[in-house]
Amino acid sequence: MTDAITVSDLTKTFGDVRALDRLNLTVRAGEVHGFLGPNGAGKSTALRVLLGLLRRDSGEVRVLGGDPWRDAVALHRRLAYVPGDVNLWPNLSGGEAIDLFGSLRGGLDKARREELIKRFKLDPTRKCRTYSKGNRQKVALVAAFASDVELYILDEPTSGLDPLMEAVFRDCVEEARRAGRTVLLSSHILAEVEALGDRISIIREGRIAESGTLAELRHLTRTSMSVETARPITGLDALSGVHDLHVDGTRARFQVDAEQMGAVQRHLAELDVRTLTSTPPTLEELFMRHYGDRPEPPGDRDAEATAARAGRA
Amino acid sequence: MGAFTGTARLARLALRRDRVQLPVWLVALTVTVAASASSVTSLYDTEQERRSYALTNAGSAVSRVFNGGLAEPSAGAIAMAETFSFAGVLIALMSLMAVVRHTRQNEETGRAELVGAAVVGRYAMLTAALLVTVAANAVLALLLAGALVAAGLPVAGSLGAGLAFGAVGTAFAGIAAVTAQVSQSARGANGLAGAVLGLMFLLRGIGDGLAEPTDGGLRVVSLWPSWLSPLGWGQQMQPYTGGRWWVLGLYAAFFAAMVWTAYRLTDHRDVGTGMMPVRRGPATAPRGLLSPFGLAWRLQRGVLLGWGAGVAVMAVSMGVLGDEAEELLGGNEDLEQYFAELGGGGANLVSAYFATITALFGIVITGYTVQALLRIRAEETGPLEAVLATAVSRPRWMLSHITCAVLGTVALLLLTGLGHGLSYGLVAGDMSQTPDLLGAALAQLPATLALAGVVVAVLGLLPRWAVALSWTALIGCLFTSQLGPVLELPQAVMNISPFTHVPYLPVADPAATPMVVLTAVGAALIAMGIGAFRNRDLAL
Repeated sequence: MTDAITVSDLTKTFGDVRALDRLNLTVRAGEVHGFLGPNGAGKSTALRVLLGLLRRDSGEVRVLGGDPWRDAVALHRRLAYVPGDVNLWPNLSGGEAIDLFGSLRGGLDKARREELIKRFKLDPTRKCRTYSKGNRQKVALVAAFASDVELYILDEPTSGLDPLMEAVFRDCVEEARRAGRTVLLSSHILAEVEALGDRISIIREGRIAESGTLAELRHLTRTSMSVETARPITGLDALSGVHDLHVDGTRARFQVDAEQMGAVQRHLAELDVRTLTSTPPTLEELFMRHYGDRPEPPGDRDAEATAARAGRA
Repeated sequence: MGAFTGTARLARLALRRDRVQLPVWLVALTVTVAASASSVTSLYDTEQERRSYALTNAGSAVSRVFNGGLAEPSAGAIAMAETFSFAGVLIALMSLMAVVRHTRQNEETGRAELVGAAVVGRYAMLTAALLVTVAANAVLALLLAGALVAAGLPVAGSLGAGLAFGAVGTAFAGIAAVTAQVSQSARGANGLAGAVLGLMFLLRGIGDGLAEPTDGGLRVVSLWPSWLSPLGWGQQMQPYTGGRWWVLGLYAAFFAAMVWTAYRLTDHRDVGTGMMPVRRGPATAPRGLLSPFGLAWRLQRGVLLGWGAGVAVMAVSMGVLGDEAEELLGGNEDLEQYFAELGGGGANLVSAYFATITALFGIVITGYTVQALLRIRAEETGPLEAVLATAVSRPRWMLSHITCAVLGTVALLLLTGLGHGLSYGLVAGDMSQTPDLLGAALAQLPATLALAGVVVAVLGLLPRWAVALSWTALIGCLFTSQLGPVLELPQAVMNISPFTHVPYLPVADPAATPMVVLTAVGAALIAMGIGAFRNRDLAL
């Protein structure tokens, strides 16, 4: 398999601020690649360098085999971009903006355009000044997905969409994947990347902190366990790899490193396990670990994760 | 919580946001009025010159349409005629834009929602906007009164004139308070208030244009349409002629009525919505839009059409006035000397008049060029990111806007020349001047291109400073060309302005060298600006 995007040691500074600091990123052709990071981590800056909108200070960047700065126009015929903050012209209608972007990119599929407008429930006759953030994003998404391109670069494309529209968006990404297109999807929404991404790169303070498939990244973190035994629980605190232990007589909640799982299970077996639940780490936990904070007790954290999902919806 | 809770805080916020903009307006207006008033007191310093001004005013409908009627042949009344009409329009613009900026624009950008969720009453935002604008007009009234006194005019009359200026601004603050409720966009609210301003100018123009001369042509009495317009009231107040001070009450009543209406409208609408239906657009784009040039034209055509209408009206009016140039200028030595200093010495007065007027049009129309080119910067902070992510190169995109701006400039200069030539030809029965006047207008193009080059170079090299630097350059040119000869600025300073090098057509002989040099400089600067833009980061 060839690579759609390769970035090595990319550095970009604005004045004293080092927005990208020796960033490395590889996106394989045909995959949906999640580009995950908190606000201000450098996601948009990296994408703008990939598009030749910003000039790199140092490092190597190849997009679809070309140099994004030198070959910008030729490359842009083969890719579609949805900016994080979609700015449109207030006095153009949404339909006009879609046609304009499509045509400047080299033409768009009329039937596909109509279909997408219907699916996203967009009114193309409204002037762009009357659109909400979500509607402006729909305009950019319709223009992008109605174009016949090899690579989609999407910068937090769902931040203004409601859950129904988010589902439509996921379908569109799925269709692109099945058609063999490459998608680079930046997001700070973990569930989105978890649902769509074949592989994930996590960016923090301008550097890639982790990169791999979801399965590869899971080993990096701890499994949450909650157990009830017949005999009082003792001795868990003596085992290495057990964290955040809360013992209450015959019940215990804790986290365990993946490589110590066997030892912990052997220890528990002797205590006569009645119930045992173990939760695989979510990306929230991956994030928590990468961005500093100590994970909270599992119960609270589950509630919080649920709340976070609900809040997003 | 009352409906006005938070007004004081919002007013302070508005003042903070306007801490540069409003003072610049106030100083610029004061300087303009002061310069104009002191030129009146020095140009019309004898009884005879004042009588001749009065007779011209009584005899020329066009000059009354622009300046209003003359209340009496005194220096104060002449200063009112020379300043009130145009400065009144500028003050109205300052005021209506300030009100819209602090009301509808906040709603459009979503700031109002954020503010409205805090402890802020329903009327607070509108009240704060009005407070700030009325305060600015009060300060302006005092500044202008001071400026008029400094020019040597009577104190009581100057105070009245200053108050009349401030009252015009206040009236239009009231009008904007209403239009900001009616339209859903700031642009629409400004446009609507601007349309009212145009209508008010028209009403005053009709009332004054059709005014009846009395007292052997030494004073005129305006017809009733002048009394329908807040722009007319200030002149009808006749501050230097005894003064109808009760007219200030008319302003107060008008302002109160507008503010009352605006508050009632606020009660009946939701935040962010307007009263006018939002127009829809086509579901698919017309073919003409689908290119960088098509897009640039679409974005710039509204501005160009507005300028076209304004330039056409002004050019035709100035052309008609050309026939009266002999009358207007003859007999006043000071004015003849003024035209001589500007370079038209010795030639016939009509040609000198058109040479001076055309040069002024050239610089004013460059205002369009600058405005159109600065669209490039506005796009860069807006949708440009998405456009350059398509298969459009940076030079191609930038050249589309530059081409649009330059073609628009050529069109406006053609309108100027044709307007001057045809209207003068019709009135004077002499069409033979038209080609010369057209040539004189087009001769301004190289200088305009040179300044366009400066704007494009700044856009490429110093994008964040482009707006400020470009307008400063234009104002510098306007200043040197209009006041340079009078102030006897050194030639080296005058030479910085490209407009200094334009041959004084149709009086002087056409000269090819300065035209070629100016065009080459403009082209080189444009190429440099595009090159710099191509090699830098987008300054989002």
